[in-house]
Amino acid sequence: MENRTDKNSYTIIFAIAMVIVVGGLLAFTASALRPKIDNNERLEKQQNILYAMGINENEGSSAVFVSTDKAPGLFNQYIKKQIVIEGDKVSENDKAYLIDVKKEQTSAKAGNLRKLPLFIGEKDGKTYYIAPIRGKGLWDAIWAYIAMDENMVVQGAYFDHKGETAGLGANIKQRFFMDDFIGEHLKSNGNFKGINISKSNNDPKNEDKTDNEVDAIAGATITGDGVSAMIKSELKQYVPYFDNLKNN
Amino acid sequence: MGLLSKKDAALITDPLADNNPITIQVLGICSALAITAELEAAIVMSVSVLFVLAIGNVVISLMRNIIPSKIRIIVQLIVVAALVIIVDQVLKAFAYELSKTLSVFVGLIITNCIIMGRFEAFALANKPWRSFLDGIGNALGYGVILIIVAFFRELLGAGTLLGIPVLGDPIEKTGLYALGYENNGFMIMPPMALIVVGIIIWVQRSRNKALIED
Repeated sequence: MENRTDKNSYTIIFAIAMVIVVGGLLAFTASALRPKIDNNERLEKQQNILYAMGINENEGSSAVFVSTDKAPGLFNQYIKKQIVIEGDKVSENDKAYLIDVKKEQTSAKAGNLRKLPLFIGEKDGKTYYIAPIRGKGLWDAIWAYIAMDENMVVQGAYFDHKGETAGLGANIKQRFFMDDFIGEHLKSNGNFKGINISKSNNDPKNEDKTDNEVDAIAGATITGDGVSAMIKSELKQYVPYFDNLKNN
Repeated sequence: MGLLSKKDAALITDPLADNNPITIQVLGICSALAITAELEAAIVMSVSVLFVLAIGNVVISLMRNIIPSKIRIIVQLIVVAALVIIVDQVLKAFAYELSKTLSVFVGLIITNCIIMGRFEAFALANKPWRSFLDGIGNALGYGVILIIVAFFRELLGAGTLLGIPVLGDPIEKTGLYALGYENNGFMIMPPMALIVVGIIIWVQRSRNKALIED
């Protein structure tokens, strides 16, 4: 005798019901939790930007952000100005940190003028220019917040990734990698060169800050190449702003 | 046995040794390669799989009499994907830090063949409580191997355990490194996970001849 659950009609009805139930459940969870998730993401951006300019609670060799309840206060205190660069036009915008870098990249590809956000912070009388950048790693997106001085010398960096291999590419968000960037020059003899993640650097303690190279992570070649390419193509777009800064 | 009958207890203990999902059933090898370069990642993955497999097994077991056999694999896939996504969203809203650590594993959990394998082989034919125990047992068996492999790979490949240097500093040349010891960079490459799993299989089968197939 044929089983009730083997009938085609049953199978189709079951499939339809399942799609409706599961789809509804997922849509409900997603929309119910959206505001909370958005808020978490906003706080994380503030924490990342503060981290890059050296405002963090690092302990030993691990990277620790300022707590989420302190982040908005510290962000308002230290970030003096948020600007958006569009070609030659520079405008102030205190929501610039919410600009979606990924969307801007896509729209630039479609031929539109890209909005480049830049956050200007001040700590102990020193000015920090922090740029959010985004690129591709081995599996998925990687992104970073790079704090620079007016000569494009890196003052701090925070890297993160969506799905790099744990223990290998994922280590770009470890302090031993991020701290190597501090003091490293992005320019060489006045021309923008970027920072290359090099396997043949032969400078594991990273004492040479003007060689435009930092030591690569073993086993993370493609993630490292992604970081080099991201720094080069993204920060290059900020060069005219920094050149202008010096001429004025 | 107080809490569990002998038969139920076997559901938990069998997968730990003689019916281990990785070394005997050869399931979940792909994730064993991907995330065992570091001990911490292996532990996080083991705990995540424990949750998903135990709950997923119960859900599938509850639905076992109404799932049409023609589309049962699709149904299983939807159940596990929906579970993982909901857990991920809830974590993003209420435990953002934790969700950042786990997000890397979400894709690996959905496609982990242990999960589909246990749904198909056990939960579809057994009652919820037994399926729950089977899920716990298999996830523990999976976790044990993952942690053993990650222990050796992190120790020999990077000289650290859970990120803490245990053999000295390779750059400053302290501890073991002062004697000329070097980290073996090959250990953190995926092929070495296969070789370590192979050694575990070898040890296990030489201790229990009954496991050797012709």
